[in-house]
Amino acid sequence: MKSPTTPDPDAPREMDGAFRRDLVALIPQMRAFARTLTGDAAAADDLAQDAMLKAWAARDSFEMGTNMKAWTFMILRNQFYSDKRRTWRLTQLDQEVAERTLVAVDDPSAPLSLDELRLALDGLPEEQREALVLVGAGGFSYEEAAEICRCAIGTVKSRVSRARRALAELLDRGAYARDGAPASGAMASILSQSARLSEPR
Amino acid sequence: MPPKPTPDSRQIRESQNAIGEGLRRLFEDVVNEPVPEEFLELLRRADEREQDPESTR
Repeated sequence: MKSPTTPDPDAPREMDGAFRRDLVALIPQMRAFARTLTGDAAAADDLAQDAMLKAWAARDSFEMGTNMKAWTFMILRNQFYSDKRRTWRLTQLDQEVAERTLVAVDDPSAPLSLDELRLALDGLPEEQREALVLVGAGGFSYEEAAEICRCAIGTVKSRVSRARRALAELLDRGAYARDGAPASGAMASILSQSARLSEPR
Repeated sequence: MPPKPTPDSRQIRESQNAIGEGLRRLFEDVVNEPVPEEFLELLRRADEREQDPESTR
């Protein structure tokens, strides 16, 4: 909580400048979150742009000093679900598509890739996917994720753990369907791939 | 007797580590993409519209 500020005629413009800088700095994160929600780069950028403009328009309601990343993610998530009521993703259908795609990989000797993880992620029910992404990739605590998703902390925890289990199963099944190799080997290939990718250049 | 990690539990832990790493990679890959110009352009136009509401009506 902030102490009440004294009115200053120049304050609004300065606040806008600071808000704008912070908002611009968050755009890459908003794009990443949008990408995981929509699973489509173009739709994700539309969503992230809408959310950015909403956040800008609502800047007077943001309390400076509180978690702006969580605030923008909440706006983005709300935008996603209100858009979705009109269009987009049908979760059940996606689940089937993701499973089919996992089995239908062209090269049976190819190691399990981040693309496959992305597909498996797309196959998760939305509430599990968003919880897992917020906690597992977005750097949010369970508590912050609960606030963003407007649900209880326990609910986030159980969604994250169900998502992790479901992902492991989806990936294992995809791997077995392709080459019959032990699933742990397929998993290790993701790990080594991402370790390789994250090595300092 | 302390419970020893079974091959199964080790396998599960490994696969969860792999998933965690992969998720962070997927997310960071997008974060590290250059932001399309359109974002800043939209923000600039939104700001202009507020300063001069007549221009769009």
